[in-house]
Amino acid sequence: MILFLLFMLMPLAPSPGAADVRIGTKNFTEGYLLGELIAQKIEASGLAKAERRFGLGGTGIVFEALLNGQIDLYVEYTGTIQEAILKRPGRLDHARLSEALASRGLVVSRSLGFNNTYALAVRRHFAAEHGLTSISGLASLVPKPRFGFTHEFYSRADGFQAFNSFYGLEIPRGAINLMEHSLLYPALAADKVDVIETYSTDGKIKDLDLMVLRDDRRFFPDYEAVILASQSFVRANPAVWRLLAGQLEGRLDESVMRALNSQVDVGGKRPAAVIAQFLNRSEVDSGADVWARVWLRTKEHAFLVGLTTVLCVLLGIPLALLCLRAPLLAQSILVISTVVQTIPSLALLVFLIPVFGIGRTPALIALFLYGLFPILVNTYVGISSLSPVYAETARALGLSRRQILMWIQLPLASPHILNGIRTSVVWTIGTATLAALIGAGGYGAPIITGLAMNSTPTILIGAIPAAVMALMAHGAFNLFNSILIPRGLRRH
Amino acid sequence: MIELKDAGVSFTSGFTLQPVSLRLAAEQTHVFLGSSGSGKTTLLKAILGLQPLDQGAIHVFSHQVHAATQIAIARLVGYVPQDGGLFPHMTNAQNASIGGRVAKLPPARQRQRLTELCALVGLQEADLERFPSEISGGQRQRVALMRALFNDPPLIVLDEPLGALDPMIRTKLQADLKAIFTRLKKMVVIVTHDLGEAAYFGHTISLFHEGRMLQHSTLQGLVQKPSDPFVTEFLNAYRSFDFSRWLEPAP
Repeated sequence: MILFLLFMLMPLAPSPGAADVRIGTKNFTEGYLLGELIAQKIEASGLAKAERRFGLGGTGIVFEALLNGQIDLYVEYTGTIQEAILKRPGRLDHARLSEALASRGLVVSRSLGFNNTYALAVRRHFAAEHGLTSISGLASLVPKPRFGFTHEFYSRADGFQAFNSFYGLEIPRGAINLMEHSLLYPALAADKVDVIETYSTDGKIKDLDLMVLRDDRRFFPDYEAVILASQSFVRANPAVWRLLAGQLEGRLDESVMRALNSQVDVGGKRPAAVIAQFLNRSEVDSGADVWARVWLRTKEHAFLVGLTTVLCVLLGIPLALLCLRAPLLAQSILVISTVVQTIPSLALLVFLIPVFGIGRTPALIALFLYGLFPILVNTYVGISSLSPVYAETARALGLSRRQILMWIQLPLASPHILNGIRTSVVWTIGTATLAALIGAGGYGAPIITGLAMNSTPTILIGAIPAAVMALMAHGAFNLFNSILIPRGLRRH
Repeated sequence: MIELKDAGVSFTSGFTLQPVSLRLAAEQTHVFLGSSGSGKTTLLKAILGLQPLDQGAIHVFSHQVHAATQIAIARLVGYVPQDGGLFPHMTNAQNASIGGRVAKLPPARQRQRLTELCALVGLQEADLERFPSEISGGQRQRVALMRALFNDPPLIVLDEPLGALDPMIRTKLQADLKAIFTRLKKMVVIVTHDLGEAAYFGHTISLFHEGRMLQHSTLQGLVQKPSDPFVTEFLNAYRSFDFSRWLEPAP
């Protein structure tokens, strides 16, 4: 087993190296595209190298990573900054926003030129037929149009109800169809509804040739795309910041962004390729080869699983032995580790970010906390459920406490303990895919990227090797069982 | 030699072993006799240092038994637990020689001792490399006896050594055990519920009932001078089974 663990540790993935600008993104198509756009602009300028820390699992994670100095910048939306980060809804102009963020050590660019907000869209010929250009125009429409909304928009306090009264549309409940977001487009295309809720840069708008109605009374908050960077990065790299501001502010409008999104979401291209084409660059992407990508992710994943397993075994078994000697301690440790098991893994990762940042450290800690439990419990139960006659006989034969443990109790409990380690390893191989959400890499990276871009081949680059690794671990443990479990225990 | 002075134990469950005072001579076989729950096994464990006393004291070959001396006492005592108590994950050889491993005897010496002991207890040497689950109950008792005798302790303690065996094996092993004890001239303490066994082995018999030692004497003493009505009752209950009433009278 030691050999197996060493093997798991062997491919220590390379450390970040000399990359200068660390660019974060959340895990959705537009985020990847804009991150890639920034990266390629920097690379083309020759001012610095770009390190892509893409696909972080949400606003909380990527923002904490920025505050903790683990990424230098990422693209955020003004509406999200105000609501989720500053908790100050309303409309702040650039100066106010800059001021509010400066107090947290952050710098914000001006808008990149588009506003990705809630919007209402209609079929183009429907708009032409009724002379419709703006949301206000919906009020006077005869017959009343049919609406398609998501459950979320319909039930939010600042969603449909506020919208309906703000515009005085008096839309009756009977005219509203509630459905999943992804089903809104087919419903509109099939003429089942006339007006749907969408996002203003959604690639489907271009794809289905829809028309976005102008929010003429400005009900929806602004979600202008801006670059959010740390002050320390901007001070240290003024040239890079000038380059990004100069070349990206105000350069992308909604229709350009829609076209880019559409190439990924509908056309199935990779963001790096789409951006390279957009910038008229020949694409230089070392990650293009599937086997190279699988190997890179395998090394990262094996590192996470291997180190987690070593830590869990090295700490779990002694901790279980300590618990056997101190029943009070046993109760508290077992309760604590049970509680940890009930924390959703993503939530645990988010809790760890303020202390440990993003990347491997918090991922390893989270995986350790999950993986410890089966080893700890199986060792504890395996030994405490042995008949007390064995220990008593051993004492009467003059064995010391340590000899009783090493010669008698651990070998007798070895089937239980190995089972615990097996559970822990297989579990960790699965859970480690979530580590990609905090930038720790591994098989989760292609899985979340593929999920974000609806690309099954990308998902499979992570999912198939993860399944293979779990099966191999399972097989390896069958082998360990036949080697490590004493023959006298295997007979019955 | 074992000396007990007012040795008593009380459990939180309510069971108590009333204080016992006894002197057991070396080179003799002593039997603790009684049914289950009588206190005989509790006293045995107290002598082994596995059961702390609540009052009184026990000396084994002039070492006082308590937690700190338990390992020292273990060197003086060869213990054969009920059903042999072999460790299932070890071969019979590993089981039998565990005392040698504790004493750090060289492997060649351990091997030699195993050969001697196989001859003494009547175990095939081929059985040594098998596991306890692969041999019969009677053979397991022989391995357990080898384990107890390995470091040649002056005292052997056996807990129901013939308990779970079928009658044929039992008779053979009983005779073998007695021959071995006679030959080795060791002090032996046997715990049993069986009066026949007690009579067969014991130079002295201590009869236990409901946590009290009722009488300590020879078999003859129990029969002729019972100290308590229960002693007679116990003896009568174990009177040999008399077939003759059920047999046809001889023609």
